[in-house]
Parts: sequence; structure tokens; C-alpha cells
Amino acid sequence: MMSVPQRRALRLALRLAMAVAVTLIFMFPIYWLFMISFKTPAEIYAFPPKWYPGQINFDAYAVLFKDGDAATVGNSLIVAFFSTALAMFLGFICAYSLARFSTGGQHLANWIVSQRMIPPIAVVFPIFLLYVFFGLVDTYIGVILLYTAFNLPYVIWMMRGYILDVPRALEESALVDGCNRWQVIWKVVLPMCRAGLAATTIFTFVFAWNDFIFALVLTRTEVATYTVQLTHYFGGQSNFWAKISAMSVLGTLPIFVVTAFMQRYFVRGLSLGAVKG
Amino acid sequence: MADLKITALHKYYGSVHAVRGVDLEIPAGEFTVLVGPSGCGKSTLLRTIAGLEDADKGTIEIGGQVVNHLPPRNRDIAMVFQNYALYPYMKVFDNIAFGLRSRNTPKKDVEPKVRRTAQMLAIDHLLDRYPRELSGGQLQRVAIGRAVARSARLYLFDEPLSNLDAQLRDEMRSEIKRLHQELGKTMIYVTHDQVEAMTMADRIVLLRDGLIEQAGAPLDLFERPATKYVAGFLGSPAMNFIDARVVAAPDGLALRLGDGTDLTVPQKRAGSLAKQVDQAVILGVRPEHLSRATQGERPGLARYTAVIELLQPTGSRTYATFSLGGTRAVAELQAHDVSAINQSIELSIDMNRVVLIDPATNRVLS
Repeated sequence: MMSVPQRRALRLALRLAMAVAVTLIFMFPIYWLFMISFKTPAEIYAFPPKWYPGQINFDAYAVLFKDGDAATVGNSLIVAFFSTALAMFLGFICAYSLARFSTGGQHLANWIVSQRMIPPIAVVFPIFLLYVFFGLVDTYIGVILLYTAFNLPYVIWMMRGYILDVPRALEESALVDGCNRWQVIWKVVLPMCRAGLAATTIFTFVFAWNDFIFALVLTRTEVATYTVQLTHYFGGQSNFWAKISAMSVLGTLPIFVVTAFMQRYFVRGLSLGAVKG
Repeated sequence: MADLKITALHKYYGSVHAVRGVDLEIPAGEFTVLVGPSGCGKSTLLRTIAGLEDADKGTIEIGGQVVNHLPPRNRDIAMVFQNYALYPYMKVFDNIAFGLRSRNTPKKDVEPKVRRTAQMLAIDHLLDRYPRELSGGQLQRVAIGRAVARSARLYLFDEPLSNLDAQLRDEMRSEIKRLHQELGKTMIYVTHDQVEAMTMADRIVLLRDGLIEQAGAPLDLFERPATKYVAGFLGSPAMNFIDARVVAAPDGLALRLGDGTDLTVPQKRAGSLAKQVDQAVILGVRPEHLSRATQGERPGLARYTAVIELLQPTGSRTYATFSLGGTRAVAELQAHDVSAINQSIELSIDMNRVVLIDPATNRVLS
């Protein structure tokens, strides 16, 4: 028989081992992606596979930047950034109105979130025809508007929940203390919803960043995003693995950076919505 | 001049008629307590004064100006909320400074004002803390500080002590009263607790079902209630109500109880009862007006022999439950007046201080 402290130590060790194993499994594809991007073509196709490149080799990146392909990451950044900013702003004030003034009665909020349940593929071609008519195909405005529209229901739904969690008395107290509605939102509601705002922003950004189907149909060359550009490297004859992996790395980095900075809010935001106290 | 004047105020929540025509005038500098059971409309009335709810009918004047259509920030009021409503992401200092800053107080004046307020409430050592680091009593002090840091015409308190435990409540009660004396400002205080109302108010406004049942100084309401409701609401333990009938007796009038006992009505009170002979009345007796009978007759005291059913000693006094004319009643006796239940004891009822109520209207006969 083991003593209680021994058993506790063993359990902790098992848990740690489990966590490390799971992390390794999840991290491996990312590791592999980075490694391929640094390999020479010979190393990429080597068998048995090489776990790491003989030397760090930036050729694939150099090609991407020289040919201008890397600009598609910039396009992704632009549309993701502006559509997120727009969706967050519009969604927040809309959510505030739903939460505090019961705009549209009980059901408007549910109807709005139901819009998010439409599969993108079902609407992408009607939207394409509409965009052709309005001349919005392959423009920043077109893509930004679409991402904003598609993200709005999600933002509204999430933010409405966070705003409902803000005690009404806090807002009333600020109203009595000399604030108007906009000041109340700025000084009370926004700071109270910080964690929720951050989490929702990340999700919204990631949606725009990851989107493929809308970008594929609605962009050509001017504003093609990196997800669309990636598909150009899958050829009938051969796949350009070096370019694919290098482009994927470029596409992954911004998300890494954003999440690293906002990780604290991200985790809190995830649990915040779930447990209502 | 009145700081607050309310005329024929009505407020509906959907189909619920929460405030049903309230007229109220509050003189400058007075501490007024709105009291009543939950759902009587007292909080709604306060929130309507603050502008957090719109009045459906009637007018509200603050300082002689009709404010019905002004947003809360333009009504020159400050308010303390039941659950503190402190901003959790701000330190105590910034919480207290919030109202000053949002009204564009010059920067150099903010700090001294905050510090002075904090000193007055003995929270000056907490200014650098966040609300989550404070106890309930401290939180309430900060909430009060936030309201009084700024000079307003009207200070509103919405059940500020109901989240505190009994001991803290006593402490804060005297604190708020002291604050009122120090500041000399007009304050309106909402509570459901009649003890709070009695101890703090210059004037009590007792509400019931959206209407003012009676308003006046605490002791006036206590000693001269206008209705059965007021008589029963104020006082702890509550007044005993016993059904009786007015009968003619050899030496004037008497009240005949359900068990046939006659209680003689003192001469000076008989006048008001003359028209009620042979009619039903409700006899209202406060527990403290029942005592153990002593030797010898005294004018105005009626005797009643009671069998004690239940004893509740509180230390200084003992509450004894017995049947008075068929109705269960409580007497507040000296600690050692009764020693055991089922004991028969002679009580005297102070007939000069009982109230007599017309059962048809529930109004007190004067």
C-alpha cells in the first residue's frame, strides 16, 4: 500500500505526463510545418523523413516575398482587421440595445443568432451574383463587408450575454453621477466586459483570418487572401511543399502573436460565458 | 422651500400599477424614510425621483423645477444603491471621485474632496484598495462616500443596509444619521425595516400598495396611527388586534371581548365611541401596554386574567403569549413577571393608550 502523499505525488506525475503527451501530439503538426518551410527540396522528400533540416534555409520565404505572394498575408490582415473592428463596434452597440432596451422584444436576439447557422456555402453564390452587380468582387470593401455581416450575429450574441452580466445598478449609479448613455458605455460597460470583448475579438478575427470559401469565390488577384493563395501551390503535376509550408507559417504567425498577447482574456472569456453566477 | 415636491404621481409596469397617485412634499434638510412591505412601490417611487424610471402621470419638482423630462444626471441628486454598485475595476479613491470627475470638478479640488469624504466615513486608509478587497460594511461606506463626496440637492438611499448583518446595520444606521446631521442635506431613505424607519427618520412616509398610508414624525405615527395597517406595521412585536363589541356599562362604556370579558373604556375616550354602541370594533393593544397588574385600582387600567401559553425571554424583557378574548396576543412583561407556562396571571391593559379601529373601514376611531 502507498501512503496518501505518495499516491498524491503519483497522481500528479501521471497527470503531468498526460498533459505533456497531449501537448506534443497537438504541437507536432505545427513543428512539422515550420521544419518543412526551412528544408531544402531534397530534405522534404527524404525517406525516412528528417526530423529537422540540416541548416535553416529561407529560400522558400525569399521566393514568396520576391514574387509578391506574401502580400496576400497583408490582404488577410487588412480584411480581418477592419472587418473585426467594424463587427465589434456595430455588434457591441447593437448588443447593448438588445440587452438594456429590449429592442425588438424577446425574439430579435434569437433571430439574429439564427443567422449564424446558415452554412456559408448556401449563400456564397447568391452573394457572388449580388457582388458582381454592385462591382464589389475582388475589392477590400466587398470582403470586409461580408466578413462583418457574417460575424455580426456572433458578436451580438456574445456581447449581449456579457452586457447582461453587468449589474444594472452600476450603470444607474453612473447615470445619477453625471454620465450620459455613451459615457456609461465607455466608462462602465466596456471596462466591465473587457474579458468578453477580448475573447469575442479573437474569435471574430480568427474567423475572418481562416475563411476560405468566401475569399475563394469573391476575390481574384487584387485582394486574394493567403488562404486562397495557398491553393495555388497545389498543382496537377506536383505540390510545392516548401511554398505551402512557408506561406502557412506566415499565415500562422499573426494569430500566434495576437493570442500570446491576449491569452489571459482568451481563457477567461471562454469560461466567462459558460458559467453564469 | 421644499426640496422635493411630488404631485399625483403614477407609475405603471406593464399592467402593474406600482405607484397610484402619490402626493409628497419634502422640506429642505429633512431626513425622510419611505417605508413599507416589499411591493408597496417605495423603491419605484425613489427610482422615479432619481429619473431611473419615467413617471407615467404627475409631476416631480426638485428645488422648484419640474424634472420629469430631465435625465438623472441633470436632476442634481446622488444615490446609494442596495448592492453598493461600486466599479470593481476602480480603486476606492476613483470610485469616490467618479461623480466629481464626471461633473468636471477641477482636478485640484477632486483629491481634497475625496480625502475629506473618506475621513468623514473612516475609510481613508482604504483609498488604494479595490472593492473586492473590502468587507461588506466597508463597501457600503465607500458607496455612501461616493454619493456624498459631491454636493447634491437630494440624496437618495435605496435600502442601503439590507445586505449587512445585524450588528453592522446598527452601526451604519447611526453613521448615516450622524452624516445627515453633519451635512444638513435633504435625504430620502427607502427601507422595509420599520426599526430603521423609526430610528432614523425625521419623517416617515408609510406606503402601501402604491399609495401613502400615513406620513408624519415617527412617534406621531407610532402613537397616533391613522389606520389599522399603520398600527400593525410599526412596533415590534406588532400590535395585538382583538375583535370586540362596544357595550353600555353601568359606569359608561365597555368593550366586550369574545370570551365575555368587559374592559371598561376610560371616561375621556368614551366620547368617540358613543356612536359605536352595540357595534363591532377592533381593539389594538401594543405588547408594552400590557403589564402585570399591581395592587389597587388605577384609572384607565383594565384587568384581565390570562393563562400564559408561551414565553420568550429576551433578557431585559419577556414576551408572553396568551389568549386575549379568543385571539392570540403578546404582552411585553418584566423579565421575572412570569416564570412558567400555563400559569395564570393578572394583567392590566392601559386603556388610555389602546387604539380602537372601525372594522368596516380599518380606520382608527379618534
